[in-house]
This record gives sequence, structure tokens and C-alpha cells, in this order.
Amino acid sequence: MSFWPQSRKARRRLTILLAIAPVLALAVGLALYGLRDSISLFYTPAQAQEAKVSAGRKVQLGGLVQHGSVVKHPDGNVEFVVADQKATAKVVYHGDLPDLFREGQGIVAEGSFNDAGVFEAKQVLAKHDERYMPREVSKALKEQGEWRGEGAGAPAYGKPAP
Amino acid sequence: MIVELGAFALILSLLLSVAQTGLSAVGGARRSPVLAGAGRGAALATFLALLVSFAALIYAFVTSDFSVANVAANSHTDKPMLYKVAGAWGSHEGSMLLWCLVLTGYGAAMAFFGDSLPPRLRAYAIAVQGALGVLFLAYTVFASNPLARLLDAPIEGRSLNPLLQDPALAFHPPFLYAGYVGFSVVYSLSLAALIEGRIDAAWARWVRPWTLAAWSLLTVGITLGAFWAYYELGWGGWWFWDPVENASFMPWLIGAALLHSAIVTERRGALPGWTAFLALAAYTFSMLGAFLVRSGVLTSVHAFAVDPTRGVLLLIMMGVAAGAGFLLFGIRAPSLNRGGQFRPISRESAIVLNNILLSTATAVVLLGTLYPLIREAMDGEAVSVGAPFFNLTFTPLMILAFAVLPAGPLLAWKRGDAKGVARKLWIVLALAALLGLIAYAVVQPRKALASGGLVVGFWLIGGALLEMGERLKLFRASVAESLRRARGLPRGAWGTTLAHAGLGVFVLGASFETAWRVEAAQALSLNGSQPLGAYTVTLTDVVTVEGPNFLAERGIVTVTNKVGAEVCRAAPERRFYPTGAQTTSEVAICAKGLDDIYVVMGERRAGEGGKPAWLVRAYVNPWVRLIFLGPLLMAIGGIVSLSDRRVRLGVGRRTGEATS
Repeated sequence: MSFWPQSRKARRRLTILLAIAPVLALAVGLALYGLRDSISLFYTPAQAQEAKVSAGRKVQLGGLVQHGSVVKHPDGNVEFVVADQKATAKVVYHGDLPDLFREGQGIVAEGSFNDAGVFEAKQVLAKHDERYMPREVSKALKEQGEWRGEGAGAPAYGKPAP
Repeated sequence: MIVELGAFALILSLLLSVAQTGLSAVGGARRSPVLAGAGRGAALATFLALLVSFAALIYAFVTSDFSVANVAANSHTDKPMLYKVAGAWGSHEGSMLLWCLVLTGYGAAMAFFGDSLPPRLRAYAIAVQGALGVLFLAYTVFASNPLARLLDAPIEGRSLNPLLQDPALAFHPPFLYAGYVGFSVVYSLSLAALIEGRIDAAWARWVRPWTLAAWSLLTVGITLGAFWAYYELGWGGWWFWDPVENASFMPWLIGAALLHSAIVTERRGALPGWTAFLALAAYTFSMLGAFLVRSGVLTSVHAFAVDPTRGVLLLIMMGVAAGAGFLLFGIRAPSLNRGGQFRPISRESAIVLNNILLSTATAVVLLGTLYPLIREAMDGEAVSVGAPFFNLTFTPLMILAFAVLPAGPLLAWKRGDAKGVARKLWIVLALAALLGLIAYAVVQPRKALASGGLVVGFWLIGGALLEMGERLKLFRASVAESLRRARGLPRGAWGTTLAHAGLGVFVLGASFETAWRVEAAQALSLNGSQPLGAYTVTLTDVVTVEGPNFLAERGIVTVTNKVGAEVCRAAPERRFYPTGAQTTSEVAICAKGLDDIYVVMGERRAGEGGKPAWLVRAYVNPWVRLIFLGPLLMAIGGIVSLSDRRVRLGVGRRTGEATS
């Protein structure tokens, strides 16, 4: 084999390179694919409307839980409305809400919109400290001028029920 | 008074660690035993001073001295004693003090136990450890003093987050930090060797025990954290690829790579540069973890008080420490001795492959963790990277690593016999595949991918056992001969087998639990029931109980099997903590062999016909115990290896191994 280098040092370098290259290629390929398909974008209801998020695409929806909108059905289903300054979105969720889920509080729901435009949440996250709001929510609301100051304290994400 | 003493001791320890750095550095450079000895003394004194300071903080927590800001913010008179003590490291300030305590503790250990280290290397290493101490202690003193007093002491404290009031979590941070910060020692040793410009087998012999200790402790810490998440958070899961979990996982992965590459450097003198690089990287990832957790740049389950100034300071500290390390590495690495030669098929090559895969996996985890930051900086979009990304990228790399793992210990150093190893391993592969096929056929519903996971798990365990069998000449020599061999076998070999088998045990548990978990969630009124796989879950009663610092509604949930016999009685609780007005769910777990029946109760709501109902969520988590048992075996493997005479004594010459 003429392309196989003569010097021992060069040969060793080539061997190591040959071992690393496929692993690296695999990792880079998977990472690029993963970053395209399996990350979820964050929207507030208004942003989601504007971006026309397609049904079934996995996203995160964040905003304030509208007062008086929470309906708990006996079968374990929960419905509520998430709102920002400009728009609202209806959310359905099956399961137990986080301990600090409250009306008027900031939450993040993970899931997707169905064909009827209702958000089907697989997970709902709320913060344990009522002064705190998920960072994405506070940022988006700040941009809309809805924000009323930032609380200190020890914020810790509440349990997102599955 | 005691608190002031603690604050004084904290400042004293900062000054002492400045002295430790200066004296040891000059002592090393001038080859002066007197100065180096003084540096060692300073290292011990630093640790003792910090011990006083930490004791003072615990004292303040135990006596509920709310004039201390940190105690007022994180403690409460009603809190059980264990959590009062644990509160000392439950907050940002207190945990930084714990970090410093562990850091200086390792420095003192090097000063105290390091007699067999070359004097110059030891002086430099203690100097570097001292410099790290100066960085972190200065941060603690000036930016996050845990003993700062309040002008107006409140009558009652704000208490520790009830979720954190848990035995597993009380011990999780000390273990985690002992692991994280343990890598500071290999960082210091690495930097010291780079200053000297010599990295050899003797150096690696010193790096290995410290890495083993740090890595084993980190394993225990991470496992405790996962176990806590599993039974305290009530989501039934144990790993969420949360940024903070990743922050602790990355040093663990690098530590695992370092463990293996240090063996190559120790035995064969090969890969010295790479081992030094990993040693620097391990502590850099530890510091990155501290930064990610505390700066609040990433939203996470664990975020401490978000304070951008602290974040910037921590980033600067990390930049200084890592920058200095890698700069020196860049200058010195080209002149390092290349060390021993080896063939493409050899144990060295297997370990190189292990290192390539572990480092790439770390890089992938790092990318996934930091990607939200990158994306936000680039186009301002908020994204989150969750489990799907890591399952897609991290898992295949690990499967590759697991596929070749059992071959590694069977290969000879320098030049291995691929055919011979394949002849030994094919039976393990056949057995693992058979067990996987049985699982595929028997366990309902059928899942090919998870059955494949089981094959990998059995393959790892079988490979580890086979390797041990080979060393003992099991079934090939007489029983007496095998027993004699078992006695003569170095502890390190037992450690390897335990750790590799533990990894297999974990893979088995993780594959089985993830694929075949059964879940049921329904709102039940009294005596209502719901099916849960082969079981039926009935809400028999709900009672009110009063805890030391909480009020609770306790559900009595009866689990029955198909024929109606009672399997267990679970008592999940819903606790209300008046301080801070927080509600938490207490999970009830019935252990059934390796499986768990896991019951969570939700809040009271109006059910059918106006009767009160409670959402009862129940899971059957099959083989979930293996998920926590596996890492425990790995940690025990690490400790067993650590107790190896050769490692413990840092024996200069390699005494002949019992087997090839």
C-alpha cells in the first residue's frame, strides 16, 4: 500500500485519525440531525399564532394562566388558558398539575397544537417561588411590556407532572 | 460570637491559602525543604481554619441564629435537626463554603499523605491547589459570605425549600462536591507536572488513586441525586437531561476517561499528554458545572438564587483556572515524551477507543447543554434541548463503547490477540443475544429496541464475569487453584469486574424500566379504583396528619393483584408547609423485588356527583432498583480498586501480576 506512510510516527497518527474520524462523523451527524429535529422552540400564545406553528410539532408554550380559566374534569383531564398581552391559547392536559400551578402565574407547557388549535400538553412546568417566572416567559413578556419587576429568592422549578 | 469566630476563620483561611501558594511555589522552585514544609503546614492550617468556619455555620443553623442572613433565608425553628444541619449546604453561600472546605481538605490531604510524591512535584501541586483555594475563598469571602449578619434579625426564618428536606438530598451535595472538587487534585498534579515538564508513569501512579476516589464519590453523589429525583419529585423519572444534571455528568464522563487513560500512562508510559489534558479538563468541567448551576444562565430544576454578578465572577474564575492550565499545556505538550508503542489491536488501543467515545459523548452533552445559550446569542430565539436530543446523540455513542468494552480487559498490553479474544467472547455474545430474544418473546408488549438494550446489559455483565473467570482459570483448573488465584488477584482486577458489571446492571435496569413502565392516572373518590397493569389500585381512605413542620393529607392506597389479594398498602401524602406556603407530594413506594409500585396523590378536587376525589397516579417501574444498584456497584468497584496495595502505596516497581 503506497499511501500508507513510511515513518512510524506518521503511521501512528494516521491510525489514530482513522479511529477518531468515524466516531466524530457519527457524533456530528447525529448532533446536527438532533438539533434540527428534537429541540423544541419556545413560544408565547401571540408568537405561536404569528409563527403559525404547525400541528403536531413539539414546542413549548409559555405565558400566564388566565384567571378563572382552569377546569378540572373528574377523569383527570385539566383545561386552562395561557395568555400573554395579545393572545390566548387553550391548553388541555392529562394528569396532576405542579404543586405551585396557580391562576395568574407563569408556566411553561410542553407539547403540541392539535388540528383544532388546542395545545395538548405532555408536561406542565411551574416555578416553586411565586415571585419567579420561567426565564423564557419573563423575557417574552418583557418584550411585550407586560413585565412587573423581577423577584430574587431561591427559584426552583416545580415538578412537571408527566 | 461563634459566628464572628467563623467569619474570622474564613478570612484567615484565605490569607493562609495565599501563604500556602507562595511558600510552596518558592519552596518548589528553590528546592527548599524548609519553605515547602512551611507550605504544607499552611495547607493544613487553611483546612483547619475552614473547618472552624464551617462548624460555625452549622452551629448557626442548629441554634437557628436568624441574625445570620443565610440562616434566616434557609432555616426555620420547626425544621427537623437533620435538615437544619443540611441547610448549611442547601443554599448558594453555604454550598460554596462546602466547596472551599473540600478543596482545602484535598490540599491538606496532599500535604499530609503525599510523602511518596517527588518533593518538587508535591510542592508545586500544593501551590496550585492553594491558588485554586485563593480563587474560591476570595469569591466566598467577598461575594458570597455565608456568615454575613443581618442588621435586623427576623423572628423566624424562611425555611429550606421543602423539596430539599429529604435524607437523600441532605447527603447528595457532600458526596457530589467531594467528587467534583476531588478532580482539583488531579488538576493540580497535572499542572505541577507540566511546570516541571515531565509526565511519566510515576506521575500517573499518583493521579490514578485521586481520580478513583473523586470519580467514585461523584458516582455516589449523582446516584443519590437521581434517586432523590425519582422518589421525591413524583414524576417517576430518575434522569431528565436537565442542565444541572448534565453539569455533574460531564465531569463524571471525563473522569471515567481519565481513569482509563491514567492506567495506560502508568503501565506503559503511553499517552502522557492526553492523560494530563483529561486531568485539566475534569476539573474545568467541575467549575463549568458550578458556573452553570449558580449563574442562572440556563433554566433548570436546581437553579440557585439567580445573581448575574456572581455568574460573571464564577465565569472569570473558571476562565483564569482553565486558561492557565490549558495555556501551560499548550506550551509544554509538544515536548512531552511520547512513551510506549502499541499495536492497533491491544489493550492500549481499546482504552484509546474508550477515551475517544467518552470524550465525544462529553462533547455532545456539552453541546446539548449549551445550545440554548448559543442559539439565544445568535438569533435571540428561545429553545430547549431535552431528552430526545440526548437519546439520539449520546446513546449511540455509548452503545458503541459498550459493544467493545468486554474485549478491552481481555486484550493483552502492547499487542493483543483479536482472534483469541473473539473465541472467548462469542459464548457471552450468544448468551446475551439468547436472553435478549427470550425477553423479546416473553415480555409484553413486544419491544425490539429495549430487548436490544437488555442484550447490551447482559453482554457487559457476561463480559465482566468472563474476564474474572479467565483470571481465575475457573472450570479449567482445580477449585483449589482457582481459589488460590482469587486470593492472589490484585484488588484492582476485582474493581474492574465490579465496575464493568455494575455498568451492565445499570443498562439492564434503564432499558427495562424505560420501555416497560406501566402508568395509570385517574381521579378517584373514596373506594374508587383503577387498573394498573396486572394490579388494581384502590383509594381506601384519606386521613389528615400533622408533621413537625407541615400538615398533610395522607391517602391509604391498597394495591391488589389479579386474584384480589392485597400486595401492599401505600400511603402517599400531600404536604402543606405553612412557611413559604408550599405544597409538595410525598411519593409512596412499594418495593417488589427489583420492581417498584410507585403511588402519588394529587390535590382534592370535585369528582362525579360532587363527591371529593383525588387524582391518584400510579406506576409499575420494573427493574428500577437496578438503575440505582448499578452505579453503586461501579462506585464500590472504584473504592475496591483504590484499596489495591499497588495503588494505595504508590509502589515504585510493578510487582508481577497474578495472571497475565
